[in-house]
Amino acid sequence: MVQLTLPKNSRMTSGKTWPKPEGAKNLKEFHIYRWNPDDGKNPAVDTYFVDMDDCGPMILDALIKIKNEMDPTLTFRRSCREGICGSCAMNIDGINTLACTYGMAEIKGVVKIYPLPHMPVIKDLIPDLTHFYAQHASIKPWLETETPAPAKEWKQSIDDRAKLDGLYECIMCACCSTSCPSYWWNGDRYLGPAALLHAYRWIIDSRDEGTGERLDELEDPFKLYRCHTIMNCAKTCPKGLNPALAIAQIKKLMVERTV
Amino acid sequence: MAYLTDRKRARGLGSAKSGTAHFWAMKVSAVALLFLVPMFVFTFGAALGGTYEEILAYYAQPFPAIVAALTLAVGFKHFNDGVQTLIEDYVHGMAQKIAIIVMTCISYGAAAIGVFAIVRMAL
Repeated sequence: MVQLTLPKNSRMTSGKTWPKPEGAKNLKEFHIYRWNPDDGKNPAVDTYFVDMDDCGPMILDALIKIKNEMDPTLTFRRSCREGICGSCAMNIDGINTLACTYGMAEIKGVVKIYPLPHMPVIKDLIPDLTHFYAQHASIKPWLETETPAPAKEWKQSIDDRAKLDGLYECIMCACCSTSCPSYWWNGDRYLGPAALLHAYRWIIDSRDEGTGERLDELEDPFKLYRCHTIMNCAKTCPKGLNPALAIAQIKKLMVERTV
Repeated sequence: MAYLTDRKRARGLGSAKSGTAHFWAMKVSAVALLFLVPMFVFTFGAALGGTYEEILAYYAQPFPAIVAALTLAVGFKHFNDGVQTLIEDYVHGMAQKIAIIVMTCISYGAAAIGVFAIVRMAL
């Protein structure tokens, strides 16, 4: 059932305001969600001030600076710092995106940073993506074949390979799925835009022989048909992909084999 | 729940192997309404403001009567399918089943009443 209010232990409180760096002239204010599973307190929003004259241009640069120089307890995931690993996905200025590729200059005023919405929080900016990954695994994101593997490689025409463009680039950062209201309300059963985009990537792969079984597995009022083309997924994807289009293509294939 | 594997939880009860019929029915009724609603608006609008006898005479003609009956029948079928999706989105558990039953009764009931009224006027 939809919950319109947060449970008591999830309600936000105002947090600590950290001291401004001394001698800094070009300050940027950051409001960052904090929650520690060990202290028994409600989540809070801490305020930090970062000297922009001594900081890289991306949000991740500021987060790393805060962690290194002000508050080592601030917890977040990050790895590649170039938008290919998907680790630093978080809600920045109201948009799910990657901290490493989102420029500070794009935000006027206070920078508000929260974890990806509607997921269980492990600590601070780290959401629990266990179910999200399990859903991705459930669509069998690998080549399914019955024909014995050829001696060299599975051949694919240039045109068929081009069909995978706009799909294979997905880095599973979870920005899309956690921006989707259908995934918020029914994420336990609805696969969400990321898993469905991956499902479509294998459905239209000319080398894959499991197309029918893949469609069988997806034909479900909840797994697939919770998508109501809200399009938040396409709007928020930091890689510029369009999961909503992939889902629409799956629905078209479903109709094609029925009608 | 605590000892279910992640994969078991993600797969749930498996695929229902349905949903496409509902999806396609929504598309078909949507396309039908695309034509029916303007026709209904113009025929209903033409009759608007007439006396009781004029309205009876107007709806005794086949075209306005058939358009009105079809709009009501298809419209409430579309309403029924749409609201079912909405209930599935927001209401879960036993309340969901009850809400779907109530909504189905309301939409088919309303369609039946509307079509009956038009038949009464037309015949």
